[in-house]
Amino acid sequence: MKVLVAVKRVVDANVKVRVKADESDVELSNVKMSINPFCEIAVEAALQLKESGQASEVIAVSVGPDACQEQLRTALAMGADRAVLIKTGSDLEPLAIAKLLYTVTQREEPGIVLLGKQSIDGDNNQTGQMLSALMGSAQGTFASQINVVGEWVNVIREVDGGLETRSLRLPAVITADLRLNEPRYASLPNIMKAKKKPLEVIDAGDLGVDIAPRLKVIKVSAPPERKAGIRVGSVQELVEKLKNEAGVI
Amino acid sequence: MAVLLIAEHHEGALKSGTLNALSAAASLGADVDVLVAGQQAGSVAEELASFAGVSCVLISDAPEYADQGVENVAALVTELVKASTYGHVFAASTAFGKNLLPRVAALLDVAQVSDVVEIVSSNTFVRPYYAGNALATVESADSVKVLTVRTTAFAAAEPTGALAPIKSISVSHDTGLSKFLSADFSVSDRIELTSAKIVISGGRGMGSGENFALLEKVADKLGAAVGASRAAVDAGFVSNDMQVGQTGKIVAPDLYIAVGISGAIQHLAGMKDSKIIVAINKDEEAPIFRVADYGLVADLFEAVPALEAALS
Repeated sequence: MKVLVAVKRVVDANVKVRVKADESDVELSNVKMSINPFCEIAVEAALQLKESGQASEVIAVSVGPDACQEQLRTALAMGADRAVLIKTGSDLEPLAIAKLLYTVTQREEPGIVLLGKQSIDGDNNQTGQMLSALMGSAQGTFASQINVVGEWVNVIREVDGGLETRSLRLPAVITADLRLNEPRYASLPNIMKAKKKPLEVIDAGDLGVDIAPRLKVIKVSAPPERKAGIRVGSVQELVEKLKNEAGVI
Repeated sequence: MAVLLIAEHHEGALKSGTLNALSAAASLGADVDVLVAGQQAGSVAEELASFAGVSCVLISDAPEYADQGVENVAALVTELVKASTYGHVFAASTAFGKNLLPRVAALLDVAQVSDVVEIVSSNTFVRPYYAGNALATVESADSVKVLTVRTTAFAAAEPTGALAPIKSISVSHDTGLSKFLSADFSVSDRIELTSAKIVISGGRGMGSGENFALLEKVADKLGAAVGASRAAVDAGFVSNDMQVGQTGKIVAPDLYIAVGISGAIQHLAGMKDSKIIVAINKDEEAPIFRVADYGLVADLFEAVPALEAALS
């Protein structure tokens, strides 16, 4: 069984993104870019499926500009067997990305498609669910444990209030939550080896998919800033302020 | 064009986020139909019928919806939208809503707008992204707008004296794609994080899961919910459903007390709309102090028991 894992190039989690002065977009020039943390967890999950004998091959796929090859090389250095970049110049919406990923699933026929539950730039939390809809497959979002059992995969899901375990018919789409695993670091020899692993580049325009945006961004604004308040000297003073000044207790 | 709101419920109880999403849906001024998909969920439908803004409650009572399997519920919602003239589909931006609505949107071949915090008009919405560091105003060109709504941004709908009609719909969608095996829900008398008026959260500084008992004692005094930062979840101190932040729960209580939390942007994204923020941290340089109304530089292992004592 093949496992397809999607990785996204995003602004590094430690960067505080700022809005451009003309409110047209956020400022992204010269900021550090990384693999989306949840995608990294998804890659690790895919590798663990292979290492435990539940999968035969791990294919990493990304959608975006040429620079995404960097993140695909990271996935290869972690241990993915090969990579596919669907190259596009424009910033795509989750539906368009799901449609492009769907074409790859049609070609590769993976048993499991793994994605991060959410990217830390768009914060949409949509692509995995949309891909699953297009595939007509079962969907296991917010996974904290994955276990293949014959033609099914059992997924423990992080839901509000606790955990839910569902059994999904393969092929299935699974999105990774925080506690699924701790991603490994790529070792230097593996980083070197990854340079020689196959990385195929496909032009998004050649896939015959409608990727036109459905949403028009009218304005991007900065949220209201909170101002720092005061320092209190003791717990007694804190309680007094909360009671008499703020009136919240 | 009417609005379809998807109700969230569990074991016969309506989840409160649905009422916030109802307010958002009703603000469009159109009829709002609320769908209750489940089994023996009649009490949920009856409860919903009494709320302001509900035009009609649709109940689809069938075994295949009993466990809220997303593949079946999404097929049902999609068919309802295709067969009718709904211009919008709404749900609360909870684990349930986030799981369901993107699937519905893709089945309808439309975009989905996540975590809406403001409805500007019937086709224009505001949503945060980049961990809440930016707010995008987006205009949808799709015939059906599919939105999840941030519950803290809209007041909960209120019950009225009137009762909306309840209509039973018999559409069966058993896709057979997934099966419910088990659930493990933390049984707690404590109030839910997302609806609590006061939240006390612990971070990496708590040092261990056992030490969260210190926060629980304060929470007991205040009738508060207990949350955690991602660092505390990552460290294995507490379960993920307690996580407040960009990729956890979004809260906006009257009082938020951050204990041993440094204040990474990912955490601030989940709590910065709280009315009053208190930070207790021994590191006076911690970024959390930049957003706190009241900051106390102190060792939490002394300050938190003292706080409990002061509240007694």
